[in-house]
Amino acid sequence: MKKIGAIILTTVLTAALATGCGNNKNNESNAAANGGNAAAGTIKIGANLELTGGQASFGDSALKGAKLAVKEINDAGGVLGQQLELVEADNASKSEEATRAAQKLITTEKVVAIIGATTSTNTLGIVPVAQDKKIPLVSSSATNPKVTVDERSGDLNEWVFRASFIDPFQGQVMANFATETLKAKTAVIYTDTSSDYSKGLQKFFKETFTKSGGTILSEESYQQKDSDFKAVLTRIKEANPDVIYLPGYYEEVGKILKQAREMGITVPFMGGDGWDSPQLAEIAGAAALDNTFMSNHYSPEDSAPEVKTFVDAFKAANGDLVPDGMAALGYDAVKLVADAITRAGSTDATKLKDALAATKDLQLATGKITMNETHDPVKAAVVLKFVDGKQTFEAKVNP
Amino acid sequence: MKKLKLNKSFWFGIVFSLILYGIIRVLLTTGVLDDVAESTLILVCINVMLAVSLNLINGITGQFSIGHAGFMSIGAYVSAILTLNFDVPLVFALLIAGLVAALFGVLIGIPTLRLNGDYLAIATLGFGEIIRIVLLNTEYVGGASGLSGIPAETTWTIMFFFTLLTIVVINNFIRSSHGRACIAIRENEIAAEAMGINTTLYKVIAFSLGALFAGIAGGLSAHKFYVINPGSFNFLKSFEILVMVVLGGLGSTAGSILGAIVLTLLFTALQNTPELRMIIYSVILILMMIFRPKGLLGSTGLSFMKFGKKEAKPDDVISESSSS
Repeated sequence: MKKIGAIILTTVLTAALATGCGNNKNNESNAAANGGNAAAGTIKIGANLELTGGQASFGDSALKGAKLAVKEINDAGGVLGQQLELVEADNASKSEEATRAAQKLITTEKVVAIIGATTSTNTLGIVPVAQDKKIPLVSSSATNPKVTVDERSGDLNEWVFRASFIDPFQGQVMANFATETLKAKTAVIYTDTSSDYSKGLQKFFKETFTKSGGTILSEESYQQKDSDFKAVLTRIKEANPDVIYLPGYYEEVGKILKQAREMGITVPFMGGDGWDSPQLAEIAGAAALDNTFMSNHYSPEDSAPEVKTFVDAFKAANGDLVPDGMAALGYDAVKLVADAITRAGSTDATKLKDALAATKDLQLATGKITMNETHDPVKAAVVLKFVDGKQTFEAKVNP
Repeated sequence: MKKLKLNKSFWFGIVFSLILYGIIRVLLTTGVLDDVAESTLILVCINVMLAVSLNLINGITGQFSIGHAGFMSIGAYVSAILTLNFDVPLVFALLIAGLVAALFGVLIGIPTLRLNGDYLAIATLGFGEIIRIVLLNTEYVGGASGLSGIPAETTWTIMFFFTLLTIVVINNFIRSSHGRACIAIRENEIAAEAMGINTTLYKVIAFSLGALFAGIAGGLSAHKFYVINPGSFNFLKSFEILVMVVLGGLGSTAGSILGAIVLTLLFTALQNTPELRMIIYSVILILMMIFRPKGLLGSTGLSFMKFGKKEAKPDDVISESSSS
């Protein structure tokens, strides 16, 4: 029985020592964390991103974009006469780590605002912390509506903002593109039922497409990690729709496109930003990608001057790397915060939050942003067409 | 077989840990330890619960299970639904969650524990994945995006007492005649059966006891970190717990505790250097396995009075339990 005592003692003692040592420097009052005008020195912005783990490529892109924005702002003299400082925190692509990283950024680092995370799930781990500590949170690319509006109570999360458009908008954009540009009358929707993202896009595509007079011939579904889609594709081929809406992630989408083209389905396929990966062309093959379209946050080929400036600056800073959507949104998230600090004239959390909510006609890399009442930016989406396996700019769709 | 004795050392240990609990509590309320420290402490305790309960199955009973994240997810979902949809107080929700997880432990255990070695590992792995897929496709529990907005009700006090409960119950179980029977099964199942031990029964008991505490740990975790989704309970999570147990020393409760503490703190400390995080983590594991393949503590237990006293050797244990 001696051991029990020993074990308990060791647990508690070690835990206490280890955490105690790491944190006893944080004894200063927590009041400073809740804003107040930052005195001389730098203005800290936290970056709570997926730097390791399954979604590390998203987080890495967003961080590169955010760093570029901070550098540009500081080179131009900073904000309110002070330099911005980006404090990185890795959330390891896990929501509980995102929670802890947010606590650390707010309590230990005393940041004035947090940007991140790139996925909705991880951002949802940060939302309660931001709400609780009253620190503005700007997610770069969490597209799920429930990030800014609590799904149970329907209340607005007043401290939470995002830099991207939301899933419903992408569904609408592609539905309008199908009816107006592709002149489609009938469609089949092929959804990934293991992803809420896919289901969200499916729902709003269907709504908009039927409203503008189109007919949904059938709705099919698959699951992530499926690899043989021929049975369903045969049914789709028989239905013979004008377009097929395929709102999924690149891995399965690639296989579906490849198998569909092999089976002689030649009608256009359409999808969302889940297609946005160089791997799509590798999996499907360039030929299978002919006559396919996707909606995205921005296109590096967009000829608008603000996009060109951003792409050139990003390439210069990152060894000719072409920025993807995540990078552009990471950049925009920092610019959103900086703009709000300037307009608020202070880093006081409440003033900063109100300034963020009042963002109007702000020109950023992914378009002109106006925050609506649910803290979602109203801005344009782009439709991309694949030519020889490469994304090419097709159209910009304004809301 | 010695009777369970709650001797002086045991009570000294309890009192001492309560004092430590009190000190930490005071430090937390006065703000000396901030909420980052609190969440680290809670995460350490959650991992201790998971590691100690998995050690009972893998280390003590010798049944190679890698479905622990499955039990954890059952506990997390059951407790989250109870508090979110039915306004059940947290402690009751946790107990119900633990019991449901234990029930699953029995249901899964009866058919699969007839298997051994690799086959059992694969069966438990499959079980964990089935749970995940079922949750993924159940709209009631939020499908792929899971449940969010779970009230963060796990406090240091609740966490501490559940961790204490886990360690005391499991350690007492190991020291009891039932625990000895489990160790006998680990050492030699045929011999144990020949000595009249109902091997299936004891395996199922150990399995469901482990599942019970894994379920409670899952519930506590859900009520600290706001969000649960099927993706966070995949087989990698099971391996994470397994690594803690193996690192600490398979079969040693003290080792599991140490492994959980070391790995959790290591991971937290490396948060500032994301580029190196996984590299350092992996290098430490590789070095560990080269230089201390039996884990940090190996079969050595920690004694309150005498540091580093050897645990009873397995063959002693068998002779002890067979002579009783």
